[in-house]
Amino acid sequence: MESKPLSPHLQIYRPQLTSVLSISHRASGIFLGTAGLLALVVWLGSIALGPSQYEMTMSFLRHPLMLPVLLLWTGAFYYHLSNGIRHLFWDMGVGFELSTAYRSGYAVIGSTVALTSATWIYAFFEVIVEVMG
Amino acid sequence: MKIINFLGLSFLKGALGHWWHQRLTAICIIPLSLWFMASLVGHLRSDHETVVTWISSPFVTMLMVLLICGIFYHAKLGVQVVIEDYIHTRGFKLVLLTALNTGALAGALAGVLSIFSITFGIL
Repeated sequence: MESKPLSPHLQIYRPQLTSVLSISHRASGIFLGTAGLLALVVWLGSIALGPSQYEMTMSFLRHPLMLPVLLLWTGAFYYHLSNGIRHLFWDMGVGFELSTAYRSGYAVIGSTVALTSATWIYAFFEVIVEVMG
Repeated sequence: MKIINFLGLSFLKGALGHWWHQRLTAICIIPLSLWFMASLVGHLRSDHETVVTWISSPFVTMLMVLLICGIFYHAKLGVQVVIEDYIHTRGFKLVLLTALNTGALAGALAGVLSIFSITFGIL
């Protein structure tokens, strides 16, 4: 068979910081907007239904198996928030230079890690206080 | 003509309107979602009664309703773009967009009704 040139696929490109951050914005947005919002509405609905329903939702959320999901949720939230602010600056025409795009990209990663850690450290101490009475 | 044109707000309509709505809802939900996340972490140890009292205060009720409306609309606009970008089968695209609109509307309605029923003690 005659060999023909194929159109390039996404897989043949070496992943770069900028492209990985870009697709992560969509991925985190879809995760937050589907599973995240479903959880938010279930949480609100269970508060409205009463104490036993609220306790049921909370004991589900507190289950050890939910820990990685909640970690992913807070991480996705802070990432989408930070990178969303980066997008708003681009919308104003600021930060298009390649070096600036890389620096703001690292800033987004830094702020995601810092805010996610701060949230979980605070939550951890809340739990410690509860255990200690 | 239409009042929206008269007020110079025609940029809020059509395809460009979608772009503007995405940005305006983003700006609104930045402070709202940060406030919500901080409140949520602050209520980790709260029982049902404490959470109900918190949501029932007029200020919190108002912010929660704004958050739900803004965040569901923002999510709907965002997921819509992804569907339009990646799904090229006409029928399937129509099914997904209908499901998206129905789901977003139902979710927002469920959220807002829950908040109202908590605040006004309907259930």
